Amino acid sequence: MKKISALTGLMAGACMLMSQGSVAQECEELILGSAISLTGKYATNGIHAKNGYEFAFKKIAEHGGVKIGDKCYNFKAIYYDDESKGDRGATLAERLINQDKVQYMLGPYSSGLTKAIAPVTEKYQIPMVEAEGASRSLFNKGYKYLFAVLSTSEQYLASAITLAAEKAESAGGKASDVKVAVAVENDPFSLDIRAGVLEDAKKFGMQIVIDEQLPRDLSDMSAILTKAKLLKPDVLIVSGHSKGAATAVRQIGEQNLSVPMVAMTHCEAADVVGKFGAAANDILCSTQWAETLTYSDSIFGTAAEYEVEFKANYTEYEGKKVPYQTAQASAAVYVFKDAFERAGSLDKDVVRDAIAATDLSTFYGQIKFSEAGNNIAKPMVLRQIQDGEYNVVAPSAFASHPLNWPRKAQ
Amino acid sequence: MDQILINLSLLAEFPIVNLKIILDGVMIGALFALAAYGLALVWGVMNVKNLAQGDFVIAGGYVAWWMTQQGMPPLLGVPVAFIVLWGLGWVIYKTVISRVIERDLFTSLLATFGLAIMMAQLLNLMFGSDTQSVALGYKTLYFFDGLIDVPVAKLIGVLMAATLAIGVILFMKSSRMGQAIRATAQDARAARVLGIDTEKVYAFTFSLNAAICGAAGAIIVMVWIIQPFYGITHSVRAFVIVTAAGLGNLPGVIAAGLGIGALEQYGAHIFGIGYQQAIAVLLLISVLLYRLIQQRRLRQSLQ
Repeated sequence: MKKISALTGLMAGACMLMSQGSVAQECEELILGSAISLTGKYATNGIHAKNGYEFAFKKIAEHGGVKIGDKCYNFKAIYYDDESKGDRGATLAERLINQDKVQYMLGPYSSGLTKAIAPVTEKYQIPMVEAEGASRSLFNKGYKYLFAVLSTSEQYLASAITLAAEKAESAGGKASDVKVAVAVENDPFSLDIRAGVLEDAKKFGMQIVIDEQLPRDLSDMSAILTKAKLLKPDVLIVSGHSKGAATAVRQIGEQNLSVPMVAMTHCEAADVVGKFGAAANDILCSTQWAETLTYSDSIFGTAAEYEVEFKANYTEYEGKKVPYQTAQASAAVYVFKDAFERAGSLDKDVVRDAIAATDLSTFYGQIKFSEAGNNIAKPMVLRQIQDGEYNVVAPSAFASHPLNWPRKAQ
Repeated sequence: MDQILINLSLLAEFPIVNLKIILDGVMIGALFALAAYGLALVWGVMNVKNLAQGDFVIAGGYVAWWMTQQGMPPLLGVPVAFIVLWGLGWVIYKTVISRVIERDLFTSLLATFGLAIMMAQLLNLMFGSDTQSVALGYKTLYFFDGLIDVPVAKLIGVLMAATLAIGVILFMKSSRMGQAIRATAQDARAARVLGIDTEKVYAFTFSLNAAICGAAGAIIVMVWIIQPFYGITHSVRAFVIVTAAGLGNLPGVIAAGLGIGALEQYGAHIFGIGYQQAIAVLLLISVLLYRLIQQRRLRQSLQ
């Protein structure tokens, strides 16, 4: 089935080329390399990312490939499975660069793996555009060859604090009266989220009533939720990947906990709506991207069109949302295409400078890199689960629905 | 430190929370005790320390989860996981365990460690690395102004665990096979002399252990969540419980299971949830130390 769709895709591409009246020109291959998690604990998201890369290669080929000078190129990637392990990722990056002679890299999945690979690409001065490592600790090491299209992790849930402050004031209270409970996993990504939340809470003078770290192999957080029942916080922040989201939603429902605002990450990855139904209602979920956003570009169309077309190519996503991990992977490939064309050269250092100068509107959002390599042009989005649907409620410029507040025990 | 004091004062201020902690702990401990009992069985009878114990639990969980995906009632998952894991246990005994059972400790540790890695990866390839759980959709009972909650699903889980435990105890006490297992545990050579087919006893014991774990996993998927790589946490707890209770001490295993469950909950409340498992390991260390001191007092030597 996939073969057939790939074939029709190619034919469609060929037709478009001809209709544009260009000479039927064979595009050469342009090799990118990536160590990505195809097995191990990050396998699900690793495969989401790989699909995003592949889909972008295909779309770019359909639109005439990458044009450098008077030649055209099609992206092709060499993938190795890093087994979700950092040391393996670093070894594979060495192999890609030394044995396969890869000159440009796409990122792995997760901050941890990116942290393991970045020193290698830096050593060989290989530009890497990554889409799945959000830890801000990646961007304070002075890396020159690392670029990330996504928002860094301290922004993930910080907007929930702003939202809580707004709500407290609109209800006639003071922002500084808001009590915050934070429960995050003890890993670089979640600790960044905690740092961002605490920073913003401090700005408003809010009181932190619970600040605990979840264990890596969490399956029970009733102790924290009981404490929340006693201390009555106004905002509860949870971040612990899929297991954190699943455990929290399940036990918030069981314990009948009513906190006016509950915000977490990885709601879709944990499929909290499918698994727990109404218990997930009115929970806020942060996301890098949503298909209802109004961004668009000339290759992928609008965010909504990306969603539809991606699903048509990858039928296993039928009936699900396309995860943002996939969208941002495609955006990373688009950054390479744009940079190659502006550079007009295959020289990796020229390409690196072109990437650094990126200022690109994409279906995924605006992309513009800071000196440190992180994307500073795209905000994080908060969605609320309303009757089983994920609706964008913040930031207000992109909100499609009003916020249900305060949240009641379901 | 401040946080710890605040947490302690919360416990004093709301004494009813103590009851909730103990209830939660006992409900969790009942499930730990099941896997631990299986481990004690294999350890005692075959002297194999099965490091893949937790992975059997998770495998059982996935069997039950897969069944509900096919539209079958979740509670049916428990007996089905029992049977499927029985078969899996038998295959693993015949292919792996029977070859290492006569070897030294390290060979069997290595073999079962390898088995644990293999099982986790296979589950990951078959079902993906997402966390999974089964929502039973039963009500939750609330007491004391909602401070104490007892989900009916958890209650059913504990009841099923208790039924299973009682079934296994009766089986070991009164059936011929149960007697043969106990005889083999006492002295395998003597049992062979008296006509017991110890090879059959070993295969049966290992399968029974896998089956108990499978049923425990099927219950766990209904009350918490599972993930292919969660086996190790269940293995660690099973080891802690068996070490604390001692081999061949079934009431001890159950008591230790319930106790560790409750202690973990207290630890999570007082020191923060990040230290929940540290409590189990601390307990292990203190039990080992205590045992060591006790043995030193009794040490005798042949001159």
